[in-house]
Amino acid sequence: MSRPHLTLVSDGLPLPVAHEAEPEAPAEIAATASPARPAPLSAWSNVHAADAIRASSAQAQLAPPDSRRALKAFVKNPTAMTGLVFLALVVAAALAAPILYPDDPLAMVARPLLWPGQDPDFPLGTDSLGRDVAAGLFHGARVSLMVGLAATAIGLLLGTSVGALAGYFGGRLDALLVRLIEIFQSIPSFILLIVLVAIAQPTIATITVAIGLVTWPTIARLARAEFRAIRAKEFVAAAKSLGYGHTRIILREILPNALPPLIVTASVMVAMAILNESALSFMGMGDPNVVSWGSMIGAGRELLRTAWFLTALPGLVIVFTVLALNLIGDGLNDALNPRLAAER
Amino acid sequence: MHQFLRLSRVLARTLVHAVPTVIGIVILDFFLLRLAPGDAADVMAGESGAATEETMAALRSRFGLDLPVLDQLLAYLSNLAHFSLGYSPRYNMPVADLILQRLPSSLALMGIALGLALVIGVGLGVVMATQVGRWPDRVLSVLALLFYSVPSFWIGLMLIVLFSVHLGWLPSGGAGSIGTEATGLAALLDKARYMLLPALALSLFYVAIYARLTRAAMLEVRSQDFIRTARAKGLSPMAVTLRHALRNALLPVTTIAGVHLGGLMGGAVVVETVYSWPGLGRLAYEAVMSRDFTVLLGVLLLSSFLVILANILVDLLQAWLDPRIEAAP
Repeated sequence: MSRPHLTLVSDGLPLPVAHEAEPEAPAEIAATASPARPAPLSAWSNVHAADAIRASSAQAQLAPPDSRRALKAFVKNPTAMTGLVFLALVVAAALAAPILYPDDPLAMVARPLLWPGQDPDFPLGTDSLGRDVAAGLFHGARVSLMVGLAATAIGLLLGTSVGALAGYFGGRLDALLVRLIEIFQSIPSFILLIVLVAIAQPTIATITVAIGLVTWPTIARLARAEFRAIRAKEFVAAAKSLGYGHTRIILREILPNALPPLIVTASVMVAMAILNESALSFMGMGDPNVVSWGSMIGAGRELLRTAWFLTALPGLVIVFTVLALNLIGDGLNDALNPRLAAER
Repeated sequence: MHQFLRLSRVLARTLVHAVPTVIGIVILDFFLLRLAPGDAADVMAGESGAATEETMAALRSRFGLDLPVLDQLLAYLSNLAHFSLGYSPRYNMPVADLILQRLPSSLALMGIALGLALVIGVGLGVVMATQVGRWPDRVLSVLALLFYSVPSFWIGLMLIVLFSVHLGWLPSGGAGSIGTEATGLAALLDKARYMLLPALALSLFYVAIYARLTRAAMLEVRSQDFIRTARAKGLSPMAVTLRHALRNALLPVTTIAGVHLGGLMGGAVVVETVYSWPGLGRLAYEAVMSRDFTVLLGVLLLSSFLVILANILVDLLQAWLDPRIEAAP
């Protein structure tokens, strides 16, 4: 839902990124505090002076980007591993859905409103039309994951392109694109999402594209800040002096170095996309031909007083999935950010 | 006097900065409205039951729907300049009036939710920062992450199950008892009873954000020299935490709180439908269900303006809180 994200304003657009080096600030701070830092403060170099000196010395000692170290940190992180295990369970459920429940989850299969445990054939009960709740949850996992991943891919592609162009070329193009980003960030994204889906008719495809269209500004801001910071580095100047073209510099030189923060944000974006999709289908704006966790909650809502499990179960599954993704996001952040902090 | 001048310079700068954004949003809104299936003539013909080609054409020319796109855009802009967002045949009243009628209850809900989120979130954040690494910090961190992952509409429904259905303490929806003659404090309490659950459902997500943010900001501030000075001069840990660390950590929190208005608006749409709260979000929902795109896009436009307004206010607040912020050119 339009849920603003932690990353909504993650980098004050106008500010240089240089101040984010904080040796004593664990990664989490860089993630959550940096968005908050009021933009104009960064002009006050003395505010972080003491830290900055230590940061630059740490920078000198640190090895160049080392993805193996990040991977090791990620694997050792209990938060991240918990998230991965949770997510693996959801993915397994999505993959197993057509095997365990080969029939249409929207088909009526039993007596309506069986409570969980009442009939061993339907361990999670049935809804008011006699549809198997467990089958709905398994098939819903497919929809949620698919929409979440595809929407994030769209948002990532769009946002990175816009951010890369703005950050790399600067000047007028930058000013124009920043305006565009600002316009999209001023519009409450969930309301825009509703408008887009209402105009385009709800299907899985339109919902996915619409979610991608409302989430790209977050990535664009982040990508722009990264590209601006990296553009100024020596290796980019070296690449330029070798005569590489803009496309090659953007894609092969800068992009790999700008990826880590984008990856962290992407994992949270998948979570947000899943929440958005569930909110849409809860409101009856989902694809009517597929079963989705949100639409199950929407249907169960009518029977909230008598059969609250119909609402509770799909919601718990959403929380489980989104929590898994957020845990992974936190873990990625911890693994990728120390290096980032030092690099800057 | 200097303060006033500085603030008015900041205001002028942010206002000028907002103008292109506003224009961009209006144009986007206009084109979305044109993309929407069916125009006002279709809607009116549908409402009246039947219409011939001739009356449709007459309606279209009356509303200027047969003009070139650019002329229509200009007409739309001139309407907007007169604070007219169009007319809703369904509600039989101007869209602007309709929205303004719903706005106060939405703002009240969002304001209370934001207030709750700030108080609870900052409180939790302070506890987490002072206990960093120990079990209260760990437990609250997990809790914050959980809050961050819960869909607001679902927690809203669960709150209804617990507090309205099983415990019977609070009403499950609506905005006030019907037919009460209560006035003064009693009326306020009645209102509060209806507002508590939706505000709580809406705020939970932001509680998580502010808790994490406050924790991070406190930890960052903690390592700075003035905190060491405050400790060195013998202030109690409590005084250092609250008067020195928290005060400085709050600046980032206030900044981001203003930015969250847009998100709150979106959240309110869903939460208001859960609690049948008569606000903007509920109006947007009804507009979608009845395919009333004039109303829907009016809500979109107005809520975007509110976000821009909130951002301007935040800029001013920041400039006031932090005298180092000057009006940049």
